[in-house]
Amino acid sequence: MAIPLSYNLRNLVVRKTTTIMTALGIALTVAVLLAVLALVDGLKNAFQSTGNPQQILVLRQGSNAELNSGITREQFQDIKSLAGIARENGEPMASLEMMTVINLPSVDSPDGMNVNLRGILPLGIRMRDGLKLQAGRWFETGKLEVVVGKSIAKRYPGAQMSKKLRFGRGEWEVVGVMDGGQSAVNSEIFGDLNAVSAGFNRPDGLSSVLVRATDAATVPALINSLNDDRRLGVAAQTEKAYYEAQTNSAAPLQFLGIFIAIIMAVGSSFAAMNTMYAAVARRAREIGTLRVLGFSRGSILFSFFLESLLLAVVGGVLGCLLALPLDNFTTGVGSFVTFSEIAFNFHVSPEIMLTGIIFALVMGALGGLFPARMAAKKEILVALRDI
Amino acid sequence: MFRYLPLIIKNSLRNRRRSILTVGSMAVSLCLLGTLMAMYHALFMGEPTPAQALRLVCRNRVSLTQPIPIYFRDKIQRIPGVREVMVWQWFGGVYKDNRDPKNAFPRFAAEPDRLFKVHGEFQMPEDQKLAFQRERTGCVVSQELADKQNFKIGDRIHLVGDYLPVNLDLKVVGIFDEPEKMAVLYFSREYLKEALGPQSSRQDLVGAFQIQADSAADVPRIADTIDREFDNSPFPTRTESEKAFQLSFASFLGNLKLFIMAICGAVTFTILLVSGNTISMAVRERIGEVGILKTLGFTPGAILGIVLGEAAVISLIGGLIGAVLASGMCNMVSHSPGANFMAGLRTLAITPPIGLLCLAVALLIGIASSFIPAWGASRTSILDSLRYTG
Repeated sequence: MAIPLSYNLRNLVVRKTTTIMTALGIALTVAVLLAVLALVDGLKNAFQSTGNPQQILVLRQGSNAELNSGITREQFQDIKSLAGIARENGEPMASLEMMTVINLPSVDSPDGMNVNLRGILPLGIRMRDGLKLQAGRWFETGKLEVVVGKSIAKRYPGAQMSKKLRFGRGEWEVVGVMDGGQSAVNSEIFGDLNAVSAGFNRPDGLSSVLVRATDAATVPALINSLNDDRRLGVAAQTEKAYYEAQTNSAAPLQFLGIFIAIIMAVGSSFAAMNTMYAAVARRAREIGTLRVLGFSRGSILFSFFLESLLLAVVGGVLGCLLALPLDNFTTGVGSFVTFSEIAFNFHVSPEIMLTGIIFALVMGALGGLFPARMAAKKEILVALRDI
Repeated sequence: MFRYLPLIIKNSLRNRRRSILTVGSMAVSLCLLGTLMAMYHALFMGEPTPAQALRLVCRNRVSLTQPIPIYFRDKIQRIPGVREVMVWQWFGGVYKDNRDPKNAFPRFAAEPDRLFKVHGEFQMPEDQKLAFQRERTGCVVSQELADKQNFKIGDRIHLVGDYLPVNLDLKVVGIFDEPEKMAVLYFSREYLKEALGPQSSRQDLVGAFQIQADSAADVPRIADTIDREFDNSPFPTRTESEKAFQLSFASFLGNLKLFIMAICGAVTFTILLVSGNTISMAVRERIGEVGILKTLGFTPGAILGIVLGEAAVISLIGGLIGAVLASGMCNMVSHSPGANFMAGLRTLAITPPIGLLCLAVALLIGIASSFIPAWGASRTSILDSLRYTG
């Protein structure tokens, strides 16, 4: 027969100072883990919601990022003529783009962070599904005007509507703010392709071509014909694959965070163990009484183990509550692929909270197992005689 | 108080399991805290070495990936207080296979005749320096890199370019000693220029300049003069001390300062909870004894001292073990591949001041967390404590 759960609950309430202190220790550990996971999840979200699986990003062979790629207008003409490209009003849907980084002072670092600047044509904007203006208007062809992503507008005091940004050869007016949902576009600045390439003295040194295939089935064939064409010297992959690969930029922080959380967990489970040993020691007579009443060693073991788990769950829930305010908090992380900053929101998802609770349970289990075993092993007479 | 030391030690040994668990949880937490403090110190508070204090880095204001023209060199060279200006170009590229982080060491194009002047701290035999200047495709590697990759003089290194569309065939002609223990490779900019070909738009552009000043006091003035000089050119620059430059590189990984501080805070608070909890348990357990001690004539002050002393002993032991663990951890961090991209991490260690700080934090936490239970115990009246059944 099992000992009722309310016995454990009451015990936790009676020793509330100890319970709260131990649970808080577990909570802080869980909160640290959750913060790191939420950061990584938010970053993954930003990248995974970027890119259309039916679109192909073409870069120079050997380069792994738009920033260090180079495409000439001549190559672009050749790419445009390939079979399998979707058409819009008879024109192939291939967008020639130029990518560079500029430095803007941000809220966090007044010395400036790197931000992606993309030179693009109206077709390229249309090829980004779900991208819409949040304020203002799009830039005009040939003019020194830019539209900034909404995360940029939020994080960079200089990148506000009708303010001027200085880069390349001149001053660029911010004429609009764009909203790309969750995608990485929110951390980019768009300007007219020809104006930007002239501004950086790279009229023919462009970065990439974005191509839309006629349908999902032609995507692999189109990638192959791009990659196999030696004359072109380009490397193609789906837009989605390109962005997914960039989630690696969070790897160092993820590693560091999880490592720290595990070390803290060792400390916290020691604390839980201490608490539970104390509980067992103080309740020796109770244990003896329970045994006299007919509860088996197994149910004593289970009961104390459960109490430790309960303690851990309290800690886990507290940890989730501590981490919850981070949800949707915007931050930025530098990427060594784009050499620029990507802004994203912390994302405390239900899965992550569940991970936190499980993590807490593991701490509780580690901390509770030995004390519970000790409780179960007590001899009735010795336990009853104990003061 | 030392009179009671044997009693304090006896007390802390009484519930051995609890003391061990407390020491253990303090040790792991303090190990973490110590490592993070060492990191914080290395990244944000480390004093530049004498050679480093003289150096500045001048780069395109827009970003490190944007080039600046080579002709800036002459203008910079003419600024009073500038001793030497060297081209410093990040090459990037791929060595063998990028998936192995060991292969991702930094590679720079530089000028062989100036490298060892600007970097006075690099030590290399004279004949190797001459060979580096003579051999067009020669490169020099730091001792750290040579050890890790097993490079010897005469070895060939093939680099595949990424953002610079050329492949390089380099030959190791020298191995230099570098105090920061960074794994790094330098090769000649002339070779890079040649490989890029006369048509390349990069012919007259460079990534950055490393500048050596006559004295550290001149550094801010030189930085200011350079940036003002090129403010209205098509290539506005940002010039900063090498230390500041490295910091801006570190801040690239996100807000490290905040990250480290937040975790330090969480860790400290957790230890406070853990040790406070244990100590109050220990005190509660022996309130009855306190009554007896008082009957024997121990003053409340002595009892306060005994309880505080026990906490101090346990936390100091935890802190000591933590500091030892932390120095092992620092050793691990400094040998990880990631450390090569952040100056200071290569030589990360628990220095005596940081070790002492660790112990001080431990002691402080021990005393702070035991003060309230100790105060309570010393105040309990004899009757109450004798009557107390726990």
